[in-house]
Amino acid sequence: MISAQLPALQVVVPLLAAPLCLILHRPFAAWLLTFVVSGISLLVSIALLGQILEQGVIDYTFGGWAAPFGIAYHIDFANAYVLLIVTAISTVVSIFAKRSVASEIEAHSQGLFYTAWLLCLTGLLGITITGDAFNLFVFLEISSLSSYVLIAMGNDRKALTAAYQYLIMGTIGATFILIGIGLLYMLTGTLNMLDMAQRLIAVADSRTARTGFAFLTVGLGLKIALFPLHLWLPNAYAYAPSAVSAFLAATATKVAVYVLLRFMFSVFGIDFALGAMPLSTMLVVLGSVAVLSASTVAIFQHNLKRMLAYSSIAQIGYLVLGVSLATPAGLTATLLHLFNHALMKGALFLALGCIAWRLGSVRLGDLGGLGYRMPWTMGVFVIGGLSLIGLPLTAGFISKWYLVLAAVERGWWPVVLVIIAGSLLAMIYVWRVIETAYLGKTKEAVSGTEAPLSMLVPAWLLAIANLYFGMHTELSAGIASQAAMVLFGGQP
Amino acid sequence: MRDNPVLRIVAKIIIPVILLFALYVQFHGDFGPGGGFQAGVIFAAGFILYGLVFGTEALRNAIPPGLLRFVIALGLVLYAGVGATTMLLGSDYLAYGALADDLIGGQHLGIFLVELGVGITVSAVTVTIFLAFAGRNDP
Repeated sequence: MISAQLPALQVVVPLLAAPLCLILHRPFAAWLLTFVVSGISLLVSIALLGQILEQGVIDYTFGGWAAPFGIAYHIDFANAYVLLIVTAISTVVSIFAKRSVASEIEAHSQGLFYTAWLLCLTGLLGITITGDAFNLFVFLEISSLSSYVLIAMGNDRKALTAAYQYLIMGTIGATFILIGIGLLYMLTGTLNMLDMAQRLIAVADSRTARTGFAFLTVGLGLKIALFPLHLWLPNAYAYAPSAVSAFLAATATKVAVYVLLRFMFSVFGIDFALGAMPLSTMLVVLGSVAVLSASTVAIFQHNLKRMLAYSSIAQIGYLVLGVSLATPAGLTATLLHLFNHALMKGALFLALGCIAWRLGSVRLGDLGGLGYRMPWTMGVFVIGGLSLIGLPLTAGFISKWYLVLAAVERGWWPVVLVIIAGSLLAMIYVWRVIETAYLGKTKEAVSGTEAPLSMLVPAWLLAIANLYFGMHTELSAGIASQAAMVLFGGQP
Repeated sequence: MRDNPVLRIVAKIIIPVILLFALYVQFHGDFGPGGGFQAGVIFAAGFILYGLVFGTEALRNAIPPGLLRFVIALGLVLYAGVGATTMLLGSDYLAYGALADDLIGGQHLGIFLVELGVGITVSAVTVTIFLAFAGRNDP
């Protein structure tokens, strides 16, 4: 009986836990609830993936209203895969959050912090799992509003302006998405994505469809921080609490990329999205510029969280390049990089969280000699950094390899050059940190060494995952290619 | 404004009526215009009027922030709880039919409880927003 209710439980458990967390209010109880609920969500998403492996897609209807009229969840490889990423990251980062949040956020706000965390998780899972376009918008707003709150809780006063900036940009993005969905609803008379896809075939060659597609793409471009629309991201990630930076960097933009893929491939269909509309050309140009410019800007950052934020924008560029290739191989590379990037950015931000916990700062100048004082923390950073560069035996290498192969397959050599140049630039900004930490001068009179175990263990979990998925690709690449097949089949 | 006797007395007379009207809108939502959201806002309007006339301090004494926070959560728990109950009864999430023996009765009960949850949360959130802005200069 429970197995039939898993799709609803995936969203309902964190949704129900959020108000309970508000009632509990005590920091420890709120943290424990968040951790347990994240863990349950992870188990649910694993079980869902197992069900899909066994019996194919899962459909779930709410309130007993049949599919095109009621809200339906439709789960296939593509969203089960993203669900797994989101819940796994939330679980690992919530272990880390206990000590990190205790040091960065006042005790009386911690209950609210974890409530916002659970709501954000609810929203992200809801966006991913739903098969209803308007339901998707509602969950998008839940996750966005709660992430503005999470970012504003950073202990730097600049966190408030960063969150406000994100609020304005995010709201513009959400409005564009809503207008896009509205136009599609006007055209097709349905909000169910499967139904919409079928009805769109007949009316795709209309100005309304093209306008709706344009609105959706721009709105989602804002949410994924695609190159010219990325300005909200560096400050948001730099001034958010450490745990939030790790959580959002590894999940929020990934989910938005998934939504873009879902609309491009499952609703509009690849012929319309990348054939009739000039999106492929746009994505390849914007993606390349994102990789090169954001990586270059990252080199000149002194605040390491900001550096990683710019690096995230560059990684979004890789994701978009994979999509622009318009081949199953390219899409596989994108989906694989979603997973791998979540692992490496998670590990790197957790390492920075440990550093922030110890030093109270993540400025490059304060890191001198840290490699000897915090060897385990810097170990995570080195592994994450190597993965970011794309060195063999790390997860980053696998996704870059798939991406390069996909580009070669299409004969797009300039894209290959961009990818390699991006890796070289990544090498420079990662090396700056490693050089300072291992070869720089130690600052005098700094006491204390390693971060506590409850922070190191999750960081190392992600670091080891980076190495594991760099050598064993059956799980990550296997599911990614299945998901790419599903998306290419044109059936959500 | 708290020195103005006309305002004070009119407010005292009108506030119970506002609250009663909110309850009417809430419970009449089944049959006519209305429902949880509208009722919640009207209910909160009664509190906001109280706060405007007697001061935010008096409003805070009437409903402490801790209680407000609890009430905000309570509404959502009620809503999600109805869904969880239908699941426990062996039906899909929010399939109200499972709540009673007959389908219509179950749907009545389900929508009634869900709208009540919406009303509770909306009213508490509206008062919280009012306090957050109006009470900025309070100690």
